[in-house]
Amino acid sequence: MRRETIINAGLAAGLLAIPLWAHVTGEIFTITLATRVAILALAAVGLNLALGLGGLVSFGHAAYFGLGGYAMGILAFHAQTYDPIFTWPFVFEGTKQMLVIWAVALVASGLAAALIGMLTLHTSGAYFIMATLAFGQMFYYLFVSWPKYGGEDGMAIYVRNDFPGLNTLDPIQLFVICYALLMAGLFVSWRIARSPFGLALQAARQNAERVETVGIRPFRIRLAAFVISGMITGLAGALMADLNRFVGPTMFSWHTSGEIMVLVILGGVARLYGPVAGAALFVLLEHWLGGVSDYWLAFVGALLLLVVLFARGGLIGSLAGREVAHD
Amino acid sequence: MALLALEGIEAAYGASQALFGVDLALGAGEVVALMGRNGMGKTTTIRVACGMMPARAGRVTFEGRDITRWPAHRVARLGVGLVPEGRRCFAPLTVEENLLAAARPGPWDRASVAELFPRLAERRDQRAASLSGGEQQMLAIGRALMTNPRLLILDEATEGLAPVVRQEIWRAIARLKAETGLALLVVDKSLKELARVADRAVILERGRTVWQGGMADLGRDVTDRYLGV
Repeated sequence: MRRETIINAGLAAGLLAIPLWAHVTGEIFTITLATRVAILALAAVGLNLALGLGGLVSFGHAAYFGLGGYAMGILAFHAQTYDPIFTWPFVFEGTKQMLVIWAVALVASGLAAALIGMLTLHTSGAYFIMATLAFGQMFYYLFVSWPKYGGEDGMAIYVRNDFPGLNTLDPIQLFVICYALLMAGLFVSWRIARSPFGLALQAARQNAERVETVGIRPFRIRLAAFVISGMITGLAGALMADLNRFVGPTMFSWHTSGEIMVLVILGGVARLYGPVAGAALFVLLEHWLGGVSDYWLAFVGALLLLVVLFARGGLIGSLAGREVAHD
Repeated sequence: MALLALEGIEAAYGASQALFGVDLALGAGEVVALMGRNGMGKTTTIRVACGMMPARAGRVTFEGRDITRWPAHRVARLGVGLVPEGRRCFAPLTVEENLLAAARPGPWDRASVAELFPRLAERRDQRAASLSGGEQQMLAIGRALMTNPRLLILDEATEGLAPVVRQEIWRAIARLKAETGLALLVVDKSLKELARVADRAVILERGRTVWQGGMADLGRDVTDRYLGV
């Protein structure tokens, strides 16, 4: 078995075992930390598809994360107040059902990614980064100035949403939901990386013209990848909102976009489990260093610098070697 | 009707014009050698034919269909396969992945490519960047074949390769001619090998077609004058 596969299996098993152990010993907080890792990792799995496989440096993935979050917030808010979201052309009620919320989050973030992708994917380099950043900030200001949904203060959702057959208020059960979705996201990403579509996407990252000569239009495959990428990050946003029982416009801010990108880079760009490793490291640093100093992000900054300068493959690359672009 | 025809093609890189009137026609199943000294416009002609560069004037047709302004991916889908100059595989992908990324339905698949180039089968899980020059060239040809083209364009496919490897590539080209109905447009420096495989020749001089004819009619006077051999 390849070294990276073993490391991946270890990460997957570790992320499952630690909260299960914490459940047995009653350390609720550890379970919540693990849930946070799983959700952030899922958001980064989404970005990794665009950034890692497609070479699309999106600095606006907070848009999808936030849309997923607000999909949850708005649906749950209307369910809380028993007033429908809209009544024309049909009555659309709020809901507390996670499955419905996820579907809405996926559709909303997918549509947004399609629109943003169509407008930005013709650009490249710094222009693409700036264009995606601008769209992310547009959403940020839109929700800051929307008083109905909390404006700047955001919205608290008092009761966690429901999942059939599970008690979502039990931390370990919520963790299992998030973990399962992370695994599903990783599976999708793994399948895409080895499909002809994913291979063409990686080829286009290297040289778009060469891809055209074999009959593939780079714009189309990039757009498709961008949409799937946005949807996965959107789903993570809905989960994060449910974990925190709160949504706020900071989910849309460029800090969030940067944070998701940091997760990918720390863990290893284009590595299947890079986002998982990155999210685990980030949450651990946040937890440990956050207790030592309020300026813990400075340490993350220094670490990021070291990774970019000396360990381009990120955590996974340092452990497994730089040989493969994907697993 | 010609499979591919270029009529009066003019093209330029910014302000510097490279083609001043290229005419070229190639029938189904025909092998045509595109010849000329360095810098005479062979690669530019190919780029225009493949839709990778716009023609400033003139017309490109494929089976009578005007494809002059078609983008490269549509030309490729129509059935024009290109083996670009300088090999150019998808370096981060493995041999197998390079082939899969290009695959379109048709008689050419991984098995038939492996049959043509057994060495690729041995290296299937190796990354393209780690292959030797000859193997990369085989992969570039294999990848173009995976698109199941009706016309295969080979731009300097044997350039910079060891003599033994060259022979292997030429043998493959001869097999393509003998065993498939594939039309070939071949750019190469080796007149001897081209004479063996090509039916006709088109010679470019300073961005113009200056000579066209059967390979058998290509006398010393012509080669001396235009090819400097």
